[in-house]
Amino acid sequence: MTAALRFDPIRLPEKCEQLRKEVRAFLAEEIAAGTFDPHKPNREDTDAPEFSRRVGAKGWLGMTWPKKYGGQERSFLERYVVTEEMRVANAPTRRFFVADRQSGPVLLKYAPEHIKMDILPRICRGEICFAIGMSEPNSGSDLFAAKTRATKTDGGYLINGTKIWTSSAHIADYMIAIFRTSQPTKENRRHGLTQFLVKMKQPGIKVNPIGQITGQYEFNEVVFTDFFVPDDHVLGEVDGAWKQATSELAYERSGPERFLETYYVLTELVRAVGPNPDTRSAEGIGRLVAQLHTMRRMSVSVAGMLQAGKEPVVEASIVKDIGTVWEQQLPHRVRDLAAFVEETATNRETLERQLDFAIKTAPKLTIQGGTTEVLRGIIARGLGLR
Amino acid sequence: MAESDNIVVETAEKIFADLADPQTINNDKKDSWQAPLWQALSEAGLPLAWVPDDLGGSGASLADGFALLNAAGRFAVAVPLAETMLAGWLLAQAKIASPEGEMTVLPASPKDRITLDADGALSGRARGVPFAKAAKHFAVLAQGKDGAVVALVDAGKARIESGLNVGYDHSDTVTLDKIQPVTVKPAPKGFEQTHLMLMGGVARSLQIAGALESMLDISVRYSNERVAFEKKISKFQAVQHNLARLAGESAAALAAATSAADAIANAKAFDDEVYLEAASAKIRCAEAAEKGGSIAHQVHGAIGFTMEHILHRYSLRALAWRDDFGSESHWAVELGKLVAKRGADELWPLVASR
Repeated sequence: MTAALRFDPIRLPEKCEQLRKEVRAFLAEEIAAGTFDPHKPNREDTDAPEFSRRVGAKGWLGMTWPKKYGGQERSFLERYVVTEEMRVANAPTRRFFVADRQSGPVLLKYAPEHIKMDILPRICRGEICFAIGMSEPNSGSDLFAAKTRATKTDGGYLINGTKIWTSSAHIADYMIAIFRTSQPTKENRRHGLTQFLVKMKQPGIKVNPIGQITGQYEFNEVVFTDFFVPDDHVLGEVDGAWKQATSELAYERSGPERFLETYYVLTELVRAVGPNPDTRSAEGIGRLVAQLHTMRRMSVSVAGMLQAGKEPVVEASIVKDIGTVWEQQLPHRVRDLAAFVEETATNRETLERQLDFAIKTAPKLTIQGGTTEVLRGIIARGLGLR
Repeated sequence: MAESDNIVVETAEKIFADLADPQTINNDKKDSWQAPLWQALSEAGLPLAWVPDDLGGSGASLADGFALLNAAGRFAVAVPLAETMLAGWLLAQAKIASPEGEMTVLPASPKDRITLDADGALSGRARGVPFAKAAKHFAVLAQGKDGAVVALVDAGKARIESGLNVGYDHSDTVTLDKIQPVTVKPAPKGFEQTHLMLMGGVARSLQIAGALESMLDISVRYSNERVAFEKKISKFQAVQHNLARLAGESAAALAAATSAADAIANAKAFDDEVYLEAASAKIRCAEAAEKGGSIAHQVHGAIGFTMEHILHRYSLRALAWRDDFGSESHWAVELGKLVAKRGADELWPLVASR
């Protein structure tokens, strides 16, 4: 048996193509109505609550979840199609994206029934926004160094400490966070952290925006001061968050958002070079398209593995490693080729504006949601090296 | 296309393990392994896997044949198996029966053209033809005045200038100077040289992906054996991250190649979607051959740079295979032109077509 990982060539079933048409038609209507501009990079600080509700009304949020929680019991491949079409169109998905991808599945697995019945349908309707509270000022990639304390009190826990780099915390209704409930043990430094559901916008939580190098205010510092979380908001095993964190990473790391973040500059470059590109532009575009196509086929294949009930953590890490390095380099490669675009190209200014933004966005892509170094560590473990 | 999914691959792997073990072959300076290997492969019907029963072959599916080529890549098989398979496939397109023995296919480069004149003779020069020197027959795609034709040619009638590719396999220049073919028939309607190049390119992609799988395996194994600075080098983070990247390149190559193979095996025509799949596979696998191969060598250090070690059997062949049936630069230009012609707003629908 070889150590090599196989990504079987999954083909999207016919019903996915029907769904794709519906999503494209919906997005075309939204664009026509002025909800967003597809030529404008997806600014993550753009909040679009009404759009979120309309996506929910279409049944495209929580679409793989059980019907009793508001879901549609559709496949991961169908969800994949919705996600990639939204991403490519630069639709403002910020308000629902995290809840749909990550928070909902965590609740589905670990929350008590009454919480699921309360919250999951609201996610499906596009009404509520989630944030993820992982990093702290002295704990980033080293998740298990988290210090924010959850101290047992009557009927719940008191939270004290600070989370940081928390995307969307300023608009979020809920956060799923890990807090320290016990000290790590000698045998297991990962012991002692517990996953909690936190209701935001309450006294005891202060959200401080942090400016990013793109000029956006999208991530935040979140300070907890004697903030009370009831017992039924504990998600899963007390002190055992480390057991829960890893298997879900496959959902987070293999999606189309892991290589399409800067895709718009490639489309715009193709527009700028026109139907008869010179050899250098053709060669450059051809390579980028071949690389993009390969990553998408790998990413679709992982969606197929998830649908089959597997936990493709290593495969997903490979998709995110290759995908984020690619989307990070993409604006620079497009810039190389844009140097040869004719002055007369009608979209020249659009391309330049997009490149400016994409180049500023690029550095974060290999950091957020698991750094390249962490991913390569996971892959190395999969190879039996650690 | 997992290794043991089908009987064709199982049969081939058993033959490769018995008769094409890379270490044994590497130690054999006289190439005495070649004849028994070819004989075993022929007896199992593998070189003519893609030829239907009624044309003298074993009638395996396209998918099984592609899986076989991937397995051949894992063993860096250095006999004209892929070439004979492609030749048989090309002949079968025109309903020409395949003869016994080694074959190869020409042209093997998108730049070369063979022409059929009014007297039914073939002329032209084809460069970089793999294993031409070892072949008894050539399957030739030529341009006649009424369109493309497929011809079976006796190799003895051609002028062959022998050469070696960077993997030390034969890559020869074949000149046909008014050669009368054994058989010539029209190619199917719409069949173009580009289709032959894409088919050959996907074959090479699967071989490259297979070679990368083996490079990953032997590199991981070596890193777990070799000790430096008092620990196994697999324990150094820098080495781990290099191997993780090699695993990524290997996975990307395999994904691109198997996806393209699946596309061709299920396609009704060589349309834009098949073009995207096949061209992308060749481009991405060629890139992986370079990036992945260099990591495998880096992990092995000086020992991997010796003729005694088997690494070069994979790494150099993977690099050599990049050149056959159109290099990655060629396909990138062609794919770029296709994308530009379709226009910016048709790029995503093409990428998302499957």
